[in-house]
Amino acid sequence: MATVCAVIASTHHPFYYRASTATGVHRPPFADEWVSKILAFRETLTRANPNVLVMVGSDHFHQLWLDNMPQFLIGKAPFYDANWYNEEREFGLPTMTLAGQEDLSAHLLRKGLDSGFDLAFSNELRIDHSITCPIIALRPEADLPIVPIYTNIFAPPLPQPKRFIQLGQAVRAMIESWPEKLRVAVIGTGHLSLELGGPRQFGDHGPDPEFDRRAVDWIANGDFEGCLSHVTLDSLHLPGNATHGFMDFMLMMGVAGENSKADYVDTLDLFHTMEAYFTWYPEGNLA
Amino acid sequence: MSKYLLNKFLFTVDRDPDLVERYRNEPRATVEWWEAEEANRILNCISEERSTWLQFDDVERSALAAQDYVKLFELGAHPFLTLTLFIAMFERDHEPLGFQKEYALRLARFEMPYPDIAT
Repeated sequence: MATVCAVIASTHHPFYYRASTATGVHRPPFADEWVSKILAFRETLTRANPNVLVMVGSDHFHQLWLDNMPQFLIGKAPFYDANWYNEEREFGLPTMTLAGQEDLSAHLLRKGLDSGFDLAFSNELRIDHSITCPIIALRPEADLPIVPIYTNIFAPPLPQPKRFIQLGQAVRAMIESWPEKLRVAVIGTGHLSLELGGPRQFGDHGPDPEFDRRAVDWIANGDFEGCLSHVTLDSLHLPGNATHGFMDFMLMMGVAGENSKADYVDTLDLFHTMEAYFTWYPEGNLA
Repeated sequence: MSKYLLNKFLFTVDRDPDLVERYRNEPRATVEWWEAEEANRILNCISEERSTWLQFDDVERSALAAQDYVKLFELGAHPFLTLTLFIAMFERDHEPLGFQKEYALRLARFEMPYPDIAT
């Protein structure tokens, strides 16, 4: 059977690529510290020696649109082209092509459908920065096959927060029932408090540092109860109008398991957002 | 009122480099052309199989023609779509992050709960 060799959850900041590659007067003052933290975070994936990456993210109105909006979708394709014109325009992100692990996609779809998750699928999916940012941060060689899982944290009505945790738990169990002796890392990205297109955007810190502090504690300790007792679809509006992306962190808490303490935790207080990086090693602490 | 159609305008313009420039330079003409020719195009279908019922109301049409992102926020257009397109059109006219900070200031009168964006 397959092994979940690492569970990784992080923010995805589309400015990282440009900040980390900028030189001279164009290099922002926070770039060196940010790069240092990303290199340390990258090592937590490298150390787990994965063969396959299951990547959890959310399409930002690129391929998925309001005329046909899935709640949870798994890509099942031999390849995934990546990044879109408006991401190149705004963030300078490069185009990429990633190989797909199509047999694991098929396994997750079948097992998911048989266990209470009516998953949508796509046989031709161009992925966006919610998946390519962690590739750039954690595996810039982009040399491992992936299975993309998209969640709707963007276009209401959204699934309930507990559903994200439940899907994460199911994904963990389904990977561990995949009859291939391969090492699978599950990597998911979301947000802490975040405001986009509203009055609290682009401040000196994330819009709600107190929410961020509590959220980091919930994630780092696998505290499902604390998280679910504070987080509702309505309450997530309060820390910032794009904070529903926190539910992708909740999905990753589900993958890691209840009360499972992260083996690696780091944060970076940037303008605009709090960045946060977590790694769990289900086989034992490699950190 | 159609938040969906506002979003469809923002979405389809944002993904087309020529339309981004056209909307920046000729907003009213672009909105009028788009409503006449594009509003009822189903994005994944051939042109003969169009919708028949989508149109802006006067307030929506005026907000788009005036490039009034504060009004679009009030009307419940998706803030990510509005922000992304308006950065594409106007960030170039400001110092780094200057447009984004001005955008926030101009929305400062909005308190929680913000206008509903559900479609």
